Amino acid sequence: MINTFVGNFGHLSTLIAFVSAVVTAFAYSQYFKANELDKPSWRRFSRVSFYVHAVATLLIAGSLFEIIYHQRYEYFYAFSHSSKALPVHYMISSFWEGQEGAFILWAFWNVVLGLFLVHSNKFWEAPVMVVFALVQAFLISMILGVVVGDLKIGSSPFILLRDATQAPIFEVNPDFIPEDGTGLNPLLQNIWMVIHPPTLFLGYASTLVPFAFLIAGLVTKRYAEWIRPALPWAIFSAMILGMGIIMGAYWAYVTLNFGGYWNWDPVENAVYVPWLILVASIHTMITFKKSATALKTSIVLVILSFILVLYATFLVRSGVLGDASVHSFTDLGLSGQLLIYMFFFMAVAIFLAVRAWKHIPSSPKEASIYSREFWIFLGAITLSLMAFQVILPTSIPAWNALVESFGGISNMAPPADQVQFYTKFQLWFAIVIALLTAVGQFFWWQKMDKKALKDALLMPYLVAMVLAAAIIVMTKVYEWKYILIVLSGVFTIVANSVILVKLLKKSTFKLAGGSLAHIGLGMILIGIMFSSGYSEVISINMSGLTYSNSWEDEMNKEHVLLWINKPTQMKDYTVIYRGRQKKVEGVPEYVPADLLASTGKVNEAIALKDYKTYFKKGDLLKLVLEENDYFKIDYLKNETLQFSLSPMSQFNEGMGGLISSPDSKIYLNRDLYTYVAAMNDFSDPDWKEDEIYEVSPGEQFHVADFVTYFDGVEVLKELEGYTLKEGDIAVKAKIRILDYDVEKILEPTFIVSNNQVGKLPVEDADLGLKISFENILPEQNKFVFKVNQYQKDYVVMKAIVKPYINVLWIGTLLLLLGFSVAIYRRFDEFVKMRDKGVE
Amino acid sequence: MKKRHVIGLGVIAIAIVIIMSSIGDASSYENFATALEMKQNGEDKAIHVVGKLKKDISGEVQGIEVREDKTSFTFLLVDTEGTEQKVFYNQPVPADFQRSEQVVVIGSYRDNEIFVADKILMKCPSKYQETTVTAGNL
Repeated sequence: MINTFVGNFGHLSTLIAFVSAVVTAFAYSQYFKANELDKPSWRRFSRVSFYVHAVATLLIAGSLFEIIYHQRYEYFYAFSHSSKALPVHYMISSFWEGQEGAFILWAFWNVVLGLFLVHSNKFWEAPVMVVFALVQAFLISMILGVVVGDLKIGSSPFILLRDATQAPIFEVNPDFIPEDGTGLNPLLQNIWMVIHPPTLFLGYASTLVPFAFLIAGLVTKRYAEWIRPALPWAIFSAMILGMGIIMGAYWAYVTLNFGGYWNWDPVENAVYVPWLILVASIHTMITFKKSATALKTSIVLVILSFILVLYATFLVRSGVLGDASVHSFTDLGLSGQLLIYMFFFMAVAIFLAVRAWKHIPSSPKEASIYSREFWIFLGAITLSLMAFQVILPTSIPAWNALVESFGGISNMAPPADQVQFYTKFQLWFAIVIALLTAVGQFFWWQKMDKKALKDALLMPYLVAMVLAAAIIVMTKVYEWKYILIVLSGVFTIVANSVILVKLLKKSTFKLAGGSLAHIGLGMILIGIMFSSGYSEVISINMSGLTYSNSWEDEMNKEHVLLWINKPTQMKDYTVIYRGRQKKVEGVPEYVPADLLASTGKVNEAIALKDYKTYFKKGDLLKLVLEENDYFKIDYLKNETLQFSLSPMSQFNEGMGGLISSPDSKIYLNRDLYTYVAAMNDFSDPDWKEDEIYEVSPGEQFHVADFVTYFDGVEVLKELEGYTLKEGDIAVKAKIRILDYDVEKILEPTFIVSNNQVGKLPVEDADLGLKISFENILPEQNKFVFKVNQYQKDYVVMKAIVKPYINVLWIGTLLLLLGFSVAIYRRFDEFVKMRDKGVE
Repeated sequence: MKKRHVIGLGVIAIAIVIIMSSIGDASSYENFATALEMKQNGEDKAIHVVGKLKKDISGEVQGIEVREDKTSFTFLLVDTEGTEQKVFYNQPVPADFQRSEQVVVIGSYRDNEIFVADKILMKCPSKYQETTVTAGNL
């Protein structure tokens, strides 16, 4: 029976959430304008209205999750984003795989932030919440799913499958409910994908807070006071967004196959750019708090960071990227709405800022070269230029769409080699940033003139040079650009460490945020340089075989073909592919796939043999995602096994083919990263013609290229799955096949029953063989076998060494720690001032 | 001249460099005819060509030739103008290659005969279309 209740309930909640958001915006604006007498009642009403909105938003999320959790495949959203085989923690990922779920997540975070702000602010509540409620109205409108005439507003996640598709089955049976959903994209079936999107969307959502305070400041003519409450949130936002980016990068590194953590894909760029601007705005805001300069710059940067988040959302979710991105979303017809959303806030912010511009205090004095303002300002400019350099080419598809909408033709495409293109610029900017963070910190904490600067910098400079020289010599960095990175990175680490030590000695940990974050930055820079600049593909075939003797051979082959069990030399290692494995519940290691046979039920298998102490022959086992294959790759040195890696691949019918994920051996100073790029498809083997062998027991012969022994036959008393009657004969042959160091025993059976001959052939997927016991020739003491060949199992593999990638990860942790310390300090400041009654 | 102006001029100069290089390094969408023309005029820049794989009536992809070591292959791509071209790709056959509806190759002609792709982008049938089929088959 179709359950229409949840959907209707969810849809109703959406409508309530939308209406209450509009009402909240109106009520708060009245509260803001009302005289002292009316204020309390307007405040009460506004808050109630916002609470209604909050509850309704939670109910939207709850309804959608109920649909996914209870596998209600009559709903389009559940049908297309989840499946029965999915474990519960991945159902959470299903929630936000679709765009509608992502918008709900975003709205949810806004509600959480809004509730917090309502209760942590006195003066700012009304104007800030007007902005919040308006943003919520726009966000909820994305999932409204209301049709007015020809105009479709929003795309509802609560539509039924029968309304979403034109499948003929629904004409016959409108109450038809599919058995199973099409499943979650396997790339998203990863623990990082459970926590990465909520983090990223919290980051997106939190950029609204400083923006809302800014708008409130402009409206209330408190052109400078908004900075104090906004600052901790701006840092919070930068930290969360930064964390989201890092998680995304880490996810890409462990699940995607492009061999790295960052690919300059438009979707990545779309988050990186607002983050850069956000970081720039934090720096100018801090400067303003210290010395009353850079207020105008701060205002521009805060507006820009919020608008860029909306622009990023537009790029990613409107379908405009089309062919340009690996993971752009399908167009749900929301592009118009997204544009209105963006242009509305852009217009409001620009209007308010322009109106207030001449009243905004700015310092008439030029900043001296020896002032921190000067250095911070340079840093903010550099960050903005970095952002500009990335957003410009990323917008090429949007530019094409714009030109085409005016009837023109534009055939511009993003740069062919994105990594090379972006690195060319970002590398230099990063070096400048590193130098600025090293020098800037000294200006920050001390009054500087020429002499003081020299004294302060000389020691860190010398230490950094010695350290950098040591690193360069020991790790053999001979590329001059990379040498510069090491120099500037080490310089900022040393300089900021000096500051850090001084701060910790003199005052509290609370002030250490900046220097910690900058040390992290230096490490990130060095880590990226090593892991990307010196990443080395080691999967180069050393056998010296060339196949075609043409120009193709001159191209770098970055993959090796590994036949099962065949040792292949690869750089310092000998690698051997050992076959497919599965993940079984309750077994801490992967289990060879040929020990398991499917029972026909989802995620269930029966054991064909005993396996260590984990299970016995005949046990019923639960598989963790049966479509996942883990390919066992042994790495040997001097003929001893060093370690095994198990890169994964999943065959997913609903999602369109194979998707694979890498596996890495992690050392302290490097990662060895391995993935499978192609593999044997055994689902529909194309058997070659019959080969007949007549052999006597004990005889050695060759099947395909394998040395094969026929050990003899055994007369069976009973046969699984058959009842042997009186006079029936069942004979099982034992054939031993040697494949390198592996011995396989294949046992085809020959049955004679009621003068009829039956054969039970055996197949071996690893060897690509099918052997059938054809006949017995008693007078010659010979036995006849029929062999069909397909091909041996193989994988095509790529392996990359990534040196010092751990420096990068440690750097990111330090960066986040630095942000956290800064948030604590700035929020503490705000609370103290608020409680004094200043705000 | 004030420092402010120096910085301003510096920023403008860098911004111009960035814009010029974005335009200069931007690739372009071409078809095989214009791509070949570019090659013959000595332009070696990598360009984008959008096309479809050659398929027979039953939907089987035609003309995929995998090299013996399985680490590279050639295939036939038909661009939007209908020109058929042999393309070489120095990677194993991507897993969902045969299923892709639209293929974008980024690369250039090696000689008049063969186009070498440095990168391939595949547009697979979107899940939203997929649903109709699956639901209909049930």
